[in-house]
Amino acid sequence: MGRITLDKVRKAFGEVEVIPPLDLTIEDGEFVVFVGPSGCGKSTLLRLIAGLEDVSGGEIRIDGQDATMVPPAKRGLAMVFQSYALYPHMSVRKNIAFPLRMAGMDAAEQERRVKSAADVLNLTDYLDRRPGQLSGGQRQRVAIGRAIVREPAAFLFDEPLSNLDAALRVGMRLEISELHKRLNTTMIYVTHDQVEAMTMADKIVVLRAGHIEQVGSPLELYRTPRNLFVAGFIGSPKMNLIGGAVASAHDAATIGIRPEHIRVSDEAGDWTGTVGVSEHLGSDTFFHVNCEGIPDPLTVRVGGEVDLHYGDRIHLSPDPEHLHRFDAEGLRLP
Amino acid sequence: MAPAVFLLLVWMLVPLCMTLWFSLRDYRPLRGGDLGFVGLENFVRFVSSSSFWPAVFTTMLIVGGVLLVSIIFGVLLAMLLDQPMWGQGVVRILVIAPFFVMPTVSALVWKNMFMDPTNGVFAHIWRAFGADPVVWLTDVPILSLIMIVSWQWLPFATLILLTAFQSLDSEQLEAAEMDGAGPLARFFFIALPHLSRAITIVILIQTIFLLAVFAEIFVTTGGAFGTRTLTYLIYQRVLESQNVGLGSAGGVYAIILANIVALFLMRIVGKNLDR
Ligand SMILES: Nc1ncnc2c1ncn2[C@@H]1O[C@H](COP(=O)(O)OP(=O)(O)O)[C@@H](O)[C@H]1O
Ligand SMILES: [Mg+2]
Repeated sequence: MGRITLDKVRKAFGEVEVIPPLDLTIEDGEFVVFVGPSGCGKSTLLRLIAGLEDVSGGEIRIDGQDATMVPPAKRGLAMVFQSYALYPHMSVRKNIAFPLRMAGMDAAEQERRVKSAADVLNLTDYLDRRPGQLSGGQRQRVAIGRAIVREPAAFLFDEPLSNLDAALRVGMRLEISELHKRLNTTMIYVTHDQVEAMTMADKIVVLRAGHIEQVGSPLELYRTPRNLFVAGFIGSPKMNLIGGAVASAHDAATIGIRPEHIRVSDEAGDWTGTVGVSEHLGSDTFFHVNCEGIPDPLTVRVGGEVDLHYGDRIHLSPDPEHLHRFDAEGLRLP
Repeated sequence: MAPAVFLLLVWMLVPLCMTLWFSLRDYRPLRGGDLGFVGLENFVRFVSSSSFWPAVFTTMLIVGGVLLVSIIFGVLLAMLLDQPMWGQGVVRILVIAPFFVMPTVSALVWKNMFMDPTNGVFAHIWRAFGADPVVWLTDVPILSLIMIVSWQWLPFATLILLTAFQSLDSEQLEAAEMDGAGPLARFFFIALPHLSRAITIVILIQTIFLLAVFAEIFVTTGGAFGTRTLTYLIYQRVLESQNVGLGSAGGVYAIILANIVALFLMRIVGKNLDR
């Protein structure tokens, strides 16, 4: 079981309030991703849940029990750190067994659990090595191994993939998702990378300056961002946000349209512009189009092999069904 | 560069060669002068003299005692100084200060201001509790010397261990905390292994210097009350017994000993740089 409830949890470092009072419920077995720009308080929030920081106010409940004052080791949560935080002078085997040894588990049971974790994580051949002799991805797996042997109520990950190269990151992302499906344990995953959030999460929590901007499934956030911040943060490439007269024409202070929801035509359209720089990805091509009456270039997605060139004049029309409208405060209009 | 190397070589090689030369001769300046080659006789006589093994024992006691005190208190002090606190900079400078006091001066200060049985600070404290003052340098001479020398070397150990502490990744400690390790387990399983290299370096560097401790003994007990170390024995052979040959043989032993320690030190420091 691993249902975690935050009730008006607040955190201040001295005078600076990093997390204003915040409510959040994480259901048992859910894969929740905290996403937001650097410095928005994601790590702090995770460390509050872990018990590594003391809350300045509010209550944390784990499976209904008040855990606000419970020391980290007794919360039944396991954490994977960004730096992996492996113990450099211990072998992989000892690293993974460390929490079991601290719990006073008998040696045979320790060995059994280490073996099964090593099997799951493909570490069997490396059990007698030191962390210094492993690659980044292997170290990451050892850190995960150390977390799973404890059979925790929930896993906490703090940007676990940010030290890996791009190819490895995609692989580990899948492995962690698979681990979640297999174990069915609550996982809380912190990242600043919205792609990781979109691909892995059951539920995304978008944070800005310690505030929750929106909570929802990846598709909910994609389809109905609650405000301009979420609209700009979720989705890649970013949603085009247009203000001024063009927005007023739609009765809004700002309108947003994703690159994939703009139609391109040679003859007619709502907006007229010239093609700028293009980015060919093979499956897709992204064009930056400078339109009359719109200050910033619009990003437009066009299917794979299209014959548009720098300087061509084209016409664009937003797909009305996917047009997002925001008021002067940046909130979504119905 | 060449002149500097030349100067250094002369500076080191001349005394070294003279020591080696005299160690092979029977040379007593006030009793017959240079009496010619005696082969390795000086080396045999130095180690078979009745004062040799007691001197070795005393040396080990003092070196071991000072190492123990400076490592244990050095770790504790380093942990203390690693905590964020008010006036950290000043406190750190104060802790380092004893290292800059000359050995002769610090030994004299300890002897006259702290350990003097009538006017010393310790004597006053003892009397304040109604106890008879300890006559430090006569009753517990080795302990007194260990205290004086440790006071001088504690700052060095603390400084090295403090930098080692500061390089300990705080996430490792937090990971251990989440893994259920209490404060003691965190210290013994995480912090101490992290410090092991620094501790070894402190032990080796200090050993080299502690083997040569001289001024502290000279101004306090003058080698009496069983405080005659190897270094002090060599000094007595040369200057008090006026037997330069015998003393030089002792000196050669000391050089060999210091070089063995230095060899280990170089290997460990070298490994450290390789990582
Ligand atoms: N121990 C601390 N003392 C003071 N300020 C801190 C401390 N830890 C974090 N902060 C501040 O809290 C804010 C949020 O930090 P953090 O949670 O690490 O952000 P994120 O993980 O989202 O990048 C930052 O502005 C940071 O400077
Ligand atoms: Mg962070």
